[in-house]
Amino acid sequence: MSDLRTPLARARGLGSAREGVKHWWAQRLTAIALIPLVVWFAISLVMLSGADYEVARAWIGSPLVMVLLILTIVIGLHHGQLGLQVVIEDYVHGDGWKLALIVAVRFVAVVFGVAAVVAILRIGFGG
Amino acid sequence: MSVANRPVHRPLSPHLQVYRPQLTTVLSILHRATGIALSVGALYLATWVIYAAASPKAYALFQSFNTSIVGRVVLGGWLFCAFYHLCNGIRHLFWDAGYGFELKDAYRSGWIVVTVSLIATAVSWVVGLRLV
Repeated sequence: MSDLRTPLARARGLGSAREGVKHWWAQRLTAIALIPLVVWFAISLVMLSGADYEVARAWIGSPLVMVLLILTIVIGLHHGQLGLQVVIEDYVHGDGWKLALIVAVRFVAVVFGVAAVVAILRIGFGG
Repeated sequence: MSVANRPVHRPLSPHLQVYRPQLTTVLSILHRATGIALSVGALYLATWVIYAAASPKAYALFQSFNTSIVGRVVLGGWLFCAFYHLCNGIRHLFWDAGYGFELKDAYRSGWIVVTVSLIATAVSWVVGLRLV
């Protein structure tokens, strides 16, 4: 069946170069932010990998660590979501699957991010 | 279906199966692979915080996995992925800024990334995880 719409009409609404820049920028900004955060987090992880309950909670609950940990997790998940979106866009060709996977990745990132932030605040403020 | 819309089956480039792997291509693929691994790892680390908030019993369960052989390998692997993706990510940021595109520069920065990330991984394994 032939499509009577012009190629321009078919292309409209499928996104523009202007929108892509937003994703590109967000990926770079989160990358730059993660440089010091990941160095800090990797060192902390190495020191705390065998920590017991009390030690781990005391560490997570201290004010500076709370701030850095929330930043690391939220920015890290955002950066991961942006990166996975590019991978999905490159390798998944069906439009339905592509959209479903991108949405699923975003939902999982938000759920884990919110849960982790709530957990950190609960440890810090005692609940 | 109009002529313009008919699918054409031509061989697709790049022909990965006939290319000899090079440092630049291997590091590029590794950047993606470690990125995917780190995304999954981020969920694992978020879970660590969530278990710490839940109860001593839940945390003990999580830590019993962390301190097992499999857990050590997972954490050790996460550290390698983190150091590699971090170093190569900085390399990418230099490219974004317009530096280091000459072939010899791309190779030199590539070897620096490999060296630094392996040293950082080795130090973290020996000092922190006591894997060796």
